Amino acid sequence: MASVNQDPVVVVLQLSGANDYLNSVIPYTNPLYKDNRPRVGVAEEDVLPINDELGFHPNMGTMKNLYDEGKLAIIHGIGYENSPRSHFRSMDIWHTCEPDTVGTEGWVGRVIRDLDPKGENVLKGVNFGTGLPRAMAVRGVPVTSVSDLESYGVLSGVPSIAEQEKMKVLERFARMYAPAIGTGQVMDYLSQTGQDVLKGADIIKTAPQKYASTVSYPDTPVAKNLRNIAQTYLADLGTQVFYTAHGSFDTHYSQVPAFNKLWTDTSAAIESFFADLREHDAGENLIMMLFTEFGRRVRDNGSGTDHGAGGAAFVIGDRVKGGMYSEYPSLKAEDLVQGDLAPNYDFRGFYSTIIEKWLGLDPVSIVGGSYEQLDFV
Amino acid sequence: MSDHDIALVSHLMRRAGFGASREELETRAAKGYEATVEELLHPERQPEVDEDIMFRYFPHLEDPAAPVQGQTNWVYRMITTQRPLEEKMVLFWHQLFATGNSKVDNPLELVNQIGMFRRHGLGSYRDLLVELAKNPAMIYWLDNNGNHRGAINENWGRELMELFSMGVGNYSEDDIKEASRAFTGWTIAPKLPRQPLGRFPWGFQYRPEDHDDGEKTFLGHTGRFNGDDIIDIIVQQPATARFLSRHLYNFFVADESQVPSWDITPPRDPEAIRTLEQAYVDSNYDIRSILRVLFLSDFFKEARFARVKSPAELVISTVRLAGNFTAPRPGFQELAFECAYQGQELLNPPSVESWHTGQEWIDGGALVRRVNFAAKFLGDTTLPGVRAIIEALRAQGTLSPKAFVDGCLDLLGPLDVGEQTRSELLAQAEEEGELRWDTEQARSTSEHRIGTMLALISASREYQFA
Repeated sequence: MASVNQDPVVVVLQLSGANDYLNSVIPYTNPLYKDNRPRVGVAEEDVLPINDELGFHPNMGTMKNLYDEGKLAIIHGIGYENSPRSHFRSMDIWHTCEPDTVGTEGWVGRVIRDLDPKGENVLKGVNFGTGLPRAMAVRGVPVTSVSDLESYGVLSGVPSIAEQEKMKVLERFARMYAPAIGTGQVMDYLSQTGQDVLKGADIIKTAPQKYASTVSYPDTPVAKNLRNIAQTYLADLGTQVFYTAHGSFDTHYSQVPAFNKLWTDTSAAIESFFADLREHDAGENLIMMLFTEFGRRVRDNGSGTDHGAGGAAFVIGDRVKGGMYSEYPSLKAEDLVQGDLAPNYDFRGFYSTIIEKWLGLDPVSIVGGSYEQLDFV
Repeated sequence: MSDHDIALVSHLMRRAGFGASREELETRAAKGYEATVEELLHPERQPEVDEDIMFRYFPHLEDPAAPVQGQTNWVYRMITTQRPLEEKMVLFWHQLFATGNSKVDNPLELVNQIGMFRRHGLGSYRDLLVELAKNPAMIYWLDNNGNHRGAINENWGRELMELFSMGVGNYSEDDIKEASRAFTGWTIAPKLPRQPLGRFPWGFQYRPEDHDDGEKTFLGHTGRFNGDDIIDIIVQQPATARFLSRHLYNFFVADESQVPSWDITPPRDPEAIRTLEQAYVDSNYDIRSILRVLFLSDFFKEARFARVKSPAELVISTVRLAGNFTAPRPGFQELAFECAYQGQELLNPPSVESWHTGQEWIDGGALVRRVNFAAKFLGDTTLPGVRAIIEALRAQGTLSPKAFVDGCLDLLGPLDVGEQTRSELLAQAEEEGELRWDTEQARSTSEHRIGTMLALISASREYQFA
């Protein structure tokens, strides 16, 4: 049993490519659903019912179980006005909370800054995946990005540095980057950054070493990232925000097999992750939020679905007040926005709820305004 | 400084191109510095990148659907170009006239836009601005398609002056409105939405019926100005000469402060900026002429390692040095991704204000990626460029640890490093004594040691600079 620090932790799981809301949380008894989804609709008998109006997609068994345990909250109709229906633009909007102008600072970066104003822990926010998502980018805020925990590190994977030489070479690196008087401000900055990175890498690489678990994770990219997150979380390194992404959920064509696999993989990864936390009795102060850049069109295109507007977000955790929040948008033609579900809940309220109620920070400066919060945590 | 000095030519190639192998440097140094500058300024004397070959192997780069394909089209050109300055100018103009796929959502149009920079980037700045005003990606990016007679949209008019020519503080809000009026009717066609028929190539369309041809007063001049008249007035302004000169200095000579602070922070070398401004005026804003003055100036020649490499520069120059991407092969796309992972997603700057450069390219995540990327290439003793360095060292016979370190630094640049870095490199070399080649075992050990040394150098703070 790991003794885990009691600071609140958020895991952000980004579903990249626009997860299909209508086929995730299905209004299976609504005749409009069947009418609009002749090819891609899920049969009533396959749905995992939540109640007599809504049910989960058959490959979302884990989500259903978590819902039944009261640990999963569904936030309906989430989005913002005038969705451009462009992946890149919309994802930027979710990352920067700037729907009208092009923002360059990420909300998660601001959260990390407010959690650690002096930037003392370079592992306060860690991304698992390649590149740093804009959500985490704020100038001056150190963030760590790990594509593979087992091999993460400065000078890892270099052909002519053998394992036995690694330690010595890294010590040379540390000395090359030691601060020195009179080399100028940029060199000093590089020094600081290099030292931070080494320190972070040194610390985070102890995570897999400390980790012991009987839970097995599937061999999929999303499960690998969640496992790395579990390892880092359980190593108690002070990280409070974890970020990772899975995709692509952009199912324009051949949605049925693609979507099935996406959710099979995502569900299995989430199941292993929470089983792992359970085994270590460490679920109390962690929540996982799932979001996507928009939902998909109500009417299928004969093979898949195209970009929509209103979507769903999910929050999972032992201390989440499970259930359904906000409203399922109407499928009636006259209520749709350009053929899409109209969002009725601003995503910045979703962020604000987590920022204020879970992380104990002031949300207004992070999301750029005051938005209605919900009661899921 | 000798005209045939390798270090000087190497500095020139790092700035005016993407670096060069020792072999290329020796050839260029033999011709002389000034002759080399002239050659770089006349890219038309070298062959173009062979598109037939590129598209035969990578058909999707001709009509890129996914953003990374547009990026790969450009990465391929940057790595294989025999016109280094022409391609470096494409990067300069892309960083200045920052247009992002996140809104344009049309990779082909962005590839076309930088193609226009390639064709016009060394010519008349005035002509380039007119081409830019007609560029479909730019029109859409800055909403000029929504700029109508009687209902202006100021986005293009403002950024043209604020970011692309004059800089903040040199025009009034009225000037912006008048400029916007002059650009009404400058739009794109066709305007089909992406669904259901997919993307279409755009073209410039001038709609006279939507153009406000009334009298306008702009920067003190009055007339029934159209868009090109506005540009004619802009390029005559001293503020334009100053702003463009400072951008050229920042990109080619030494890192300035960030652009948003330029109206309050003076240039680090005002004399140099004045020299470039004069060249702008004397040449009637001919970019080639201004660059000639720049490359032949002492302030340029002396500014060694005064710029932090952008991710594109770091990736491309490392790959060109390693020499394993000289022809179509798998892996170009990964190099495009690598630029993005290091913080510079090509053809998708974060906003029209472009990327923050210099020191701000570096953060913890970027530093690890930069270091690991460069070390992975330069520490790989199977790659042609690295083998060339090994052979060059072997040709010098047995080397003392100091000569070994000096030799590596020389062949990778020549690179300048500070005391701290140098003493670590020397300590590394001294651990195993002389670099020898007399037996098979010695040869194998030496090759391995060279790989490690090159990896360490590429991991240094100094390698982040060009």
